[in-house]
Amino acid sequence: MTTTPRAEFWAGVRAELPILVGGIPFGIIYGVLALAAGLPPLLAQAMSAIVFAGSAQFIGVQLMATGTPLAILWLTTFVVNIRHMLYSASVAPYTRHLSRPWRWLLAYLLTDEAFVVGILHYEKREEWDADLPDIPDLQHGANRQPVSPKHYYLLGAGLALWLGWQLSTAVGIFLGTQIPDSWGLDFTLALTFIGMAVPLLKNRPTVAAAITAGIVAVAAHQLPYQLSLIAATLAGIAVGVWLDNRTATPLPTPYVAQEESNP
Amino acid sequence: MTLWLAVIGMGIITYVIRLSLLGIWERVELTAVTHRALKFVPIAVLSAILVPELVMPGGTINLSLGNGRLIAGLIAIAVAWKSQDAFWPVVVGMIVLWLLP
Repeated sequence: MTTTPRAEFWAGVRAELPILVGGIPFGIIYGVLALAAGLPPLLAQAMSAIVFAGSAQFIGVQLMATGTPLAILWLTTFVVNIRHMLYSASVAPYTRHLSRPWRWLLAYLLTDEAFVVGILHYEKREEWDADLPDIPDLQHGANRQPVSPKHYYLLGAGLALWLGWQLSTAVGIFLGTQIPDSWGLDFTLALTFIGMAVPLLKNRPTVAAAITAGIVAVAAHQLPYQLSLIAATLAGIAVGVWLDNRTATPLPTPYVAQEESNP
Repeated sequence: MTLWLAVIGMGIITYVIRLSLLGIWERVELTAVTHRALKFVPIAVLSAILVPELVMPGGTINLSLGNGRLIAGLIAIAVAWKSQDAFWPVVVGMIVLWLLP
């Protein structure tokens, strides 16, 4: 049994669909908020294509509305999106054999939603994988993967989400010009984040990180340019890691510290 | 013009992060500590944004029952906890906010 790039692509699209449907309201809300914050419609739409990262776009729009200096806006973007480095690291062993254009394209599409779907597929070992040659390049036992067209799966998932995000943004921009302020739609941002945050509260370290970040954000709110956001995030991470280390379980071998030097 | 520059800069930062270990520093592996720290970024960022929105709408701390956003937010948290879903908290929270005086 084997699989073709085309089959992989459409399987990726299909796997992304449920998440895509869930993401549509957020795209619409983003479009509405961007206009409410005073962004021109064209720029609001372009941001969804250029940045293509929901939470960073929500925050970016808020910061731009209050005339935040570029350095702070970009620093905040960095802090909010640094989690994607984790995704980049997780996908890297499976994409080392791909050409540069492929890797650069997949990196652009590497959102939270596409990553979740893609990495699950990568980690699944198919029967037909055994028939294909191994890539000698992959030195770590757990990460050894045969050549397969699985990158088409990630491409399908990523492109499906991309299209959904652009279209829902457009709908939000269209609606945004006709929704009155009195509806309090800006509050959907906080509610959206509640919906994203609460399912992450899985154990004591995550709860402690959330509470710490919340308290610091309120306590430090007088800092200019929402610098309280960065302070609160760092405080939350610190407390989370500290508690996590106290109740530490050994990490899977690929993640054990490896001081690898670049040639 | 500055707005465009702002957005393009945000895009470059986001893209470089996503490309980092996949296309730039391909031989680098994250240390265990870095890996752990990155796992806490989403929950810390989200809490840092949403808690002030609930506790101090309009810029001053208001923990009274008269704070409609706090009430709606707490109900939305309960809904999110129950449903483990990102959609219903938005719907229920907005309805509560509109129903409150």
